[in-house]
Amino acid sequence: MAIGVKVLERPIEQTSYVRATLKGMALTLKHLFEEKVTIQYPDQKWPLSPRWRGTHRMLTTEDGKAKCVACGLCPTVCPANCIKLVPGEDENGNRYPLVFEIDEFRCIFCGYCQEVCPEEAIHVGRHYENSEYSREGFVYDLERLMAQTHPVCEMWDPADPKGE
Amino acid sequence: MSLFALLQQASPVVPAPGMEHLPQPASEGAWFLATIVKMLITFTIYMVGVMMVIWLERRVCAFIQDRRGPNRVGPHGLLQSVADGVKNIMKEETYPGQAYLPLFVLAPVMSFLPALLTWAVIPYGAPWDSKWGTIDMALAPLPVGFLFILAISSLGVYGIVLAGWSSNNKYSLLGGLRSSAQMISYEISMGMSTIPVLILAGNVSLSQIVQQQAGFGIHWNVINTTVAFFVFLIAAFAETNRLPFDLPEAESELIAGYHSEYSSMKFSMFFIAEYANMMTASALMATLFFGGWDIPFIQWDNVAPHTFLKTLVTFLFFWLKVMVFVFIYIWIRWTLPRFRYDQLMSLGWKFMLPTAITYIVVVAGADLGLQSAGIYPDSWKFAGAMLVLNIVLLALIFGVIDRGRLISPAYSRLDKRDLNKLRQARYERPARLAPAPIEGGAD
Repeated sequence: MAIGVKVLERPIEQTSYVRATLKGMALTLKHLFEEKVTIQYPDQKWPLSPRWRGTHRMLTTEDGKAKCVACGLCPTVCPANCIKLVPGEDENGNRYPLVFEIDEFRCIFCGYCQEVCPEEAIHVGRHYENSEYSREGFVYDLERLMAQTHPVCEMWDPADPKGE
Repeated sequence: MSLFALLQQASPVVPAPGMEHLPQPASEGAWFLATIVKMLITFTIYMVGVMMVIWLERRVCAFIQDRRGPNRVGPHGLLQSVADGVKNIMKEETYPGQAYLPLFVLAPVMSFLPALLTWAVIPYGAPWDSKWGTIDMALAPLPVGFLFILAISSLGVYGIVLAGWSSNNKYSLLGGLRSSAQMISYEISMGMSTIPVLILAGNVSLSQIVQQQAGFGIHWNVINTTVAFFVFLIAAFAETNRLPFDLPEAESELIAGYHSEYSSMKFSMFFIAEYANMMTASALMATLFFGGWDIPFIQWDNVAPHTFLKTLVTFLFFWLKVMVFVFIYIWIRWTLPRFRYDQLMSLGWKFMLPTAITYIVVVAGADLGLQSAGIYPDSWKFAGAMLVLNIVLLALIFGVIDRGRLISPAYSRLDKRDLNKLRQARYERPARLAPAPIEGGAD
């Protein structure tokens, strides 16, 4: 023989082809009628984890202003350097952000900004449908961050590791 | 003769006195008109059928894998194939620089046409005794219908081989070569497995083969010649290059085999050809072994008067049978893995061909024996005797021969001594691979 094929010798009485085929066909037929696992995405959505970290959201006070006090902690802690903050001060001496931009393309969604924020103003959100037609569209300014309505991330609490 | 004159001739046939109870041959004009209508109907149903079968394949495949499959375009995704077709027409066609263009362009057509041509002779309904004479429900009721099918279906390999060769791509060529070897090997078993059917029918005309099986369903050839049916089923899988015999395509080894270089609508043509072949093979199985358009368990469809209603109902039954086989095709595809090349050849030549030839002798002998005992093929005794014989033979094949010998992986390729030598070699290896002793040693 020109070509030797590696042979796994099995007991003859254990090997068959037709019966194995029929067994396989019975299995596939069973699956034919089984419940389907597909989530039909635009119609059905997978429930997100409460700790899902997606695009940001800026929470507002009752009178519709951003909670942010422009302390500068989030641009400092941000490992991706994606937050641009220019602080300003009003006539009462309250600091507020003149410019607050997050480049969602640079963001690595670590959630440090939410953790570090003393006013619980900036949050990462439970949201993932972010497509845009241009790169510029991914730079969210303050107005856009305030306009987001999706639920925000519940950060992991060491005292309650399972979130109960 | 002009068409107008033909239309004028399409007048009701007036039977000769005393011949009213017999089917009247159609007049020339009626025949001409009926043929045009049948061509349109056959082609339309066939192409729509191919689309539906592609949809069915994707749906069933998805369901078997616990997915949902295409369900967006149209109700239940039925128009998915239309969307894909439109997409493929829009796409750019690429031609490999080194390809031989005339054959490269011709090959998709060559692979698609034989499947389509076969439909010309398959009867898909009971003949209709219209007032213009009897109209056969086959496009071209050839007296040598079966020979025509054998001749045409063997042309199908050309499309694949030429596609593989003209692409000038080693994987395509390998795919083409594999397919030619595979198709030639299995075509022999396929032809041999249908000879018992021809022996029983005593004819090669497909409408005669169907007529011979007509009745309550006990004269279907699947009862008379079960083993031949199984051989034909397996050979038909190989002929249509469907899994587990899809070596010419073999995505994991040959990229896509013979059609790796094809794009856009030419690729679609191969795709359509595959499903067209599948439907043709299913129709052949239904015609040769499952009584064609015959409705089982009732006689209503086999007795005069052959009204149009009967034609329609038998037509539906024929399609039902075809679809059952198409489903089996799909079902098996998503169950079995691909054969290895040597397994394919060993199954084809060492098992299928001897079985088919032996079975010809068995059926011919049984036919002769039963007929000389006064039991004729149209009696239920004949069917019963053949059924018992076939059950015994099937038990023998599935119970005794199918014990690691049927397509066992190269079971007799090596001499026992060589095998032992190989095993010895494996056990000697550790000595060679043992780490070399440290020279000088550690203090």
